[in-house]
Amino acid sequence: MSPVLAGVLQLLALIAALALAYRPLGDHMARVYSSDKHLRVEKWIYKGIGANPNTEMRWPAYLRGVLAFSLAGMLFLYLLQRLQGSLPGSLGFKAIDPDQAFNTAASFVANTNWQSYSGEQAMGHVVQTGGLAVQNFVSAAVGIAVAVALVRGFARSRTGELGNFWADLVRGVVRILIPISVVAALVLVACGALQNFSGIHEVGQFMGGEQQWNGGAVASQEAIKELGTNGGGYFNANSAHPFENPNPISNLFEIFLILVIPFALTRTFGRMVGSVRQGYAILVTMATIWIGFTALMMWTEFHHGGPAFDLAGGAMEGKETRFGIGGSSLFATSTTLTSTGAVNSFHSSYTGFGGGITMLGMQLGEIAPGGVGSGLYGMLIMAIIAVFIAGLMVGRTPEYLGKKIGTREIKLAACYILVTPALVLGFTGASMALSTPKDSLLNNGAHGFSEVLYAFTSGANNNGSAFAGLSADTPWFNTTIGLAMLLGRFLPMVFVLALAGSLAAQKPVPATVGTLRTEKPLFSGLLVGTLMIITGLTYFPALALGPLAEGLAS
Amino acid sequence: MNNSVGNTARLLGAGLRALIVLTVLCGVLYPLAVTGAAQALFPDKANGSEIEDGGRVVGSALIGQRYDLPLRKGQETPAPDLKWFQPRPSNGLGTNVINTRYKLILSGATNLAGDSGAKKTDGGKKEVCDPEAKEGLCAQVLAARNAVIKDNSTAGHTVRPADIPADAVTSSGSGLDPHISPKYAKLQVHRVAERNGLDVASVTKLVEDNTDERILGFIGEPRVNVLKLNIDLRHLAADKG
Repeated sequence: MSPVLAGVLQLLALIAALALAYRPLGDHMARVYSSDKHLRVEKWIYKGIGANPNTEMRWPAYLRGVLAFSLAGMLFLYLLQRLQGSLPGSLGFKAIDPDQAFNTAASFVANTNWQSYSGEQAMGHVVQTGGLAVQNFVSAAVGIAVAVALVRGFARSRTGELGNFWADLVRGVVRILIPISVVAALVLVACGALQNFSGIHEVGQFMGGEQQWNGGAVASQEAIKELGTNGGGYFNANSAHPFENPNPISNLFEIFLILVIPFALTRTFGRMVGSVRQGYAILVTMATIWIGFTALMMWTEFHHGGPAFDLAGGAMEGKETRFGIGGSSLFATSTTLTSTGAVNSFHSSYTGFGGGITMLGMQLGEIAPGGVGSGLYGMLIMAIIAVFIAGLMVGRTPEYLGKKIGTREIKLAACYILVTPALVLGFTGASMALSTPKDSLLNNGAHGFSEVLYAFTSGANNNGSAFAGLSADTPWFNTTIGLAMLLGRFLPMVFVLALAGSLAAQKPVPATVGTLRTEKPLFSGLLVGTLMIITGLTYFPALALGPLAEGLAS
Repeated sequence: MNNSVGNTARLLGAGLRALIVLTVLCGVLYPLAVTGAAQALFPDKANGSEIEDGGRVVGSALIGQRYDLPLRKGQETPAPDLKWFQPRPSNGLGTNVINTRYKLILSGATNLAGDSGAKKTDGGKKEVCDPEAKEGLCAQVLAARNAVIKDNSTAGHTVRPADIPADAVTSSGSGLDPHISPKYAKLQVHRVAERNGLDVASVTKLVEDNTDERILGFIGEPRVNVLKLNIDLRHLAADKG
């Protein structure tokens, strides 16, 4: 069997597995966020928080909950790193410097998991397992909560109430993320991922002498790292490290974990707005882009254009033998089209076009299928834009799911889509214009520019992967990428929740013959087109300077 | 104003309490439960898939290692011990610089671009690797390719550039890739047989026995675990000797 065919078959197997999980998981999540009942353990948690889970919140209250919880998480994580040297279970690792501690705290709270540190030589058990892995759960649950609040905005009428943030947060963790993670972690251990608290110990070598390894709770962190579309690796090499991703089965399984919740949330959305076909239209849009990008990625990586790859006879630099080109390409597009940013191969050593595809995936806003929660709300914002554009064409007030898209709604949607490009292009421009940030570049020319563009694209879109040649552990990059991650996460959430509030307050407009049928394939096509045009117009000049210039020369 | 400060403080308090409760759940109970189950069900794997040979641990089935001669005076990097099958290059592997109490290996890739060390041709439109490249991925691939040809060509067997698979001249993502492609393993057979005083057929059989095919015929890539192969080679050489 040729490697190309094997790659395609792995893609098909993945699609089949996702299809099997789609309905049960999507329906389960819809029940979780619609149920009136509280589990006993949840009641204890609410008691601990001191919150009444039955109080309905309007959008400002919901937003205040999101921000207060995230701020608390950030302060806690910052202090944990700054005090690492004095905490037990730190394996002798010292306190993290202030700029890096800020960057890392912002990164994990914003569901980005950009890492300017190297896991195996900077973080002990306490920070990894008690700090970073916790944010992997809760930042994911926050993302889903905000998406659910927007869905309720569409589903409810004549009320400003969007649900209870604490209940949505806790249910997401207790009923969705933890149960799946426990099973997933054990599957990963069965494949060979580490799960112990042995700390740093010496292991004998074939030629004599010894090698030092750090053990730890790797599989349990790996499971939620993928499932919550977080991406922060236990080790520096992330999912390329054999202890995180031991074999081809664990590789496919990790890609499955990355994609399963974002895709299934479209089912949850359909259920909650009372029409699963509306969910299918969003699903088809996401799946079209994901499959298209994956096919393009496999084509360019198997074709291996690039001077050094031509010489080597294949684009295997930065890729593991057990995954090959197929398994690596599949992972690369899945991780950048979601907000995951885990890597099983190093994007900086992809072909010029391959690196461009990973960047474009993030620049689309990570909506195909996107991060947990953030993918769905990002795509729904784009749906509003698409409906608006269609409305302009025929001169009708646009509506979506029975809600009028008026001035206020379109202003909020427009603000949403402007935040990230402004952060990416502004910070990239500043870094290139100043003299010192450029000292961090590993490669020259177009690829060097790509390293910086990638860093801010990844940060502002909350992805977390990197063209890792960039030495990002400098005060400039730690601070600016930290700010890009925070603003890129929480400003859009402000607009999403304000939009949800304004939709929930409306009374529904009955569908007429003139209403755009948003559950039809035509609408999916319009949505794909809208996405490509808006992103293309925004980022094309920057992409032309980096990956396109590199790809066209080879 | 006092009221709003009070409200903010109350809200932050709730956020902090929520964080503490969820930290106990996700950061303490969850990893402990998974560790307990993992240690009960798959103790070998959860502890690093160690391999023993001759009564001592010789490494992990999952982690690549070097098979080098001892470092000699004046050398910066040790030379490969050509008696053994050689792994992929690992130019991205780093050493621990932060917590120097340990000699930890820092996993990682080179992150070099495919056009690093290349020069323009065809009026500046095309780029190819400069045969004299001193830096970048071009230089690394060139050096690795020359070494593979030199090391593996024996009296009766010459390695041609076209025989060399890509994994033999590129660094992996982790720098700890435990595998090589079957093609790279077979390319080393003549050299290994000669250096160990074995016949080519029995070493070829060793490679074939140690080749893992794609799982279910399509998942992953065919590969050879270098540590397991070298352990079998040591036994074979010892039996002969």
